[in-house]
Amino acid sequence: MEFLNTSIGRKIVMAVTGLSMVLFAVVHLIGNSTIFVGPSGINAYAEHLHSMPLPIIMLFRAIMLALFVVHIVYAIQLTIENRGGRPTDYAVKATRKATFASENMIWTGLLLLAFVVYHLLHFTFRATPGLTLVNDAAGHFNVFAMVASSFSSIAGAGIYAVAMVVLFLHLYHGIQSLFQTFGLANGNTLPTITKAGALVALVLFVGFLAIPMSILFGIIKG
Amino acid sequence: MSDHKTMTINLVVWRQKNANDTGKFENYTVKGITEHHSFLEMLDVLNEDLIKAGKQPVAFDHDCREGICGMCSQVINGMPHGGQERTTVCQLHMRKFHDGDTIYIEPWRARAFPIVKDLVVDREALDKIIQAGGYTSCHTGGVPDGNAILIPKPAADEAMDAAECIGCGACVAGCPNGAAMLFTGAKVSQFAVLPQGKAEAKTRVTNMVQAMKDCGFGNCTNHYECMAACPKGINVKFIARMNREYLKAQF
Repeated sequence: MEFLNTSIGRKIVMAVTGLSMVLFAVVHLIGNSTIFVGPSGINAYAEHLHSMPLPIIMLFRAIMLALFVVHIVYAIQLTIENRGGRPTDYAVKATRKATFASENMIWTGLLLLAFVVYHLLHFTFRATPGLTLVNDAAGHFNVFAMVASSFSSIAGAGIYAVAMVVLFLHLYHGIQSLFQTFGLANGNTLPTITKAGALVALVLFVGFLAIPMSILFGIIKG
Repeated sequence: MSDHKTMTINLVVWRQKNANDTGKFENYTVKGITEHHSFLEMLDVLNEDLIKAGKQPVAFDHDCREGICGMCSQVINGMPHGGQERTTVCQLHMRKFHDGDTIYIEPWRARAFPIVKDLVVDREALDKIIQAGGYTSCHTGGVPDGNAILIPKPAADEAMDAAECIGCGACVAGCPNGAAMLFTGAKVSQFAVLPQGKAEAKTRVTNMVQAMKDCGFGNCTNHYECMAACPKGINVKFIARMNREYLKAQF
């Protein structure tokens, strides 16, 4: 398909997959915030998710995996092409609009990939050592105990804190970028879209960071 | 000239014999530069010195020297056209520099712009993008009535803003990816907003975007360095409009 071979076509694919993952992150944060209710909140939320029909769960996972793979494959391909777009760098580097975030999308992206792999091994496949894997009084799996056992150490919480800084950088550039790519921005709206995108990135950063930090500093207890 | 203050400028200039030469930086010192010299006149002084010394003068592109032709193409201290807002190299003046300054001068650097000699690059790739669709087809004949096609003032203004592009290629030179999205975006937009451009809107954007790829330009990653580099202040909103036109052309 010609659309997928051109510059703009592939950027639109990047934007669609990126937007889907941002929306997932928003829903993920809203769901995770049930932990602030206490063990009963997050455990009930996890039970609710796991009680959905298996085909729906597997379909959702397959879609997320596909979005992830497409986003990463295109990102690598576009980055290699773009590095070739200017084969020789200038002796004096004097960029004015580019940001640390915009220039390092591929690196923040690959770090996020590493984090997601770790995160899935950690809480989905529960394959990392040192997890408390027990059932609660109602006989359901005690998600809270597992999360609390992971985030009660500085190292356990620290990995997530670093990952959220990387996520913030990625979304700081990514969110405004997708509006521009969809052609939804104009000269008047782009500055506001850029600020709003940074705000969404900040809300996700603070929100996700609050969970490991609250457990590490004993603000939420079992 | 009434003022006696002159400057001595140290130049680090990219010298390259031809497209196949690897090229290297050469150091020069130019004396007797006043604040009234334009940047190109300063290079004229350097070239006079080089010719007198029996050396090859520095080759650089220039034509109108009044900021409208789009020929001058130099990256000065890392910034296309020297970084002064809405200013081409020819309209950049030495009063912006100080006595004893060291100035790096490099050619546009992009895969799609091979170096011809020294600071001169081949910008034919931009012509190829125009040939792919940067026009409207019309039958020749009698001159149409002036107001036969009514164009709302905001649309006319928007088209003029896009048409300010002089095709110098600074956007490509400033882009870390060597992309031509601002140039192409401006050319697509100037027709897209006018009734005369609507008839061929789909084929125009499709063909011009394909031409960008064929010419070896990179992809846009929304750094917006192009907008900072543009001597005519073309806004990245025209890239957004091209993206929109491209999406519309799919259906």
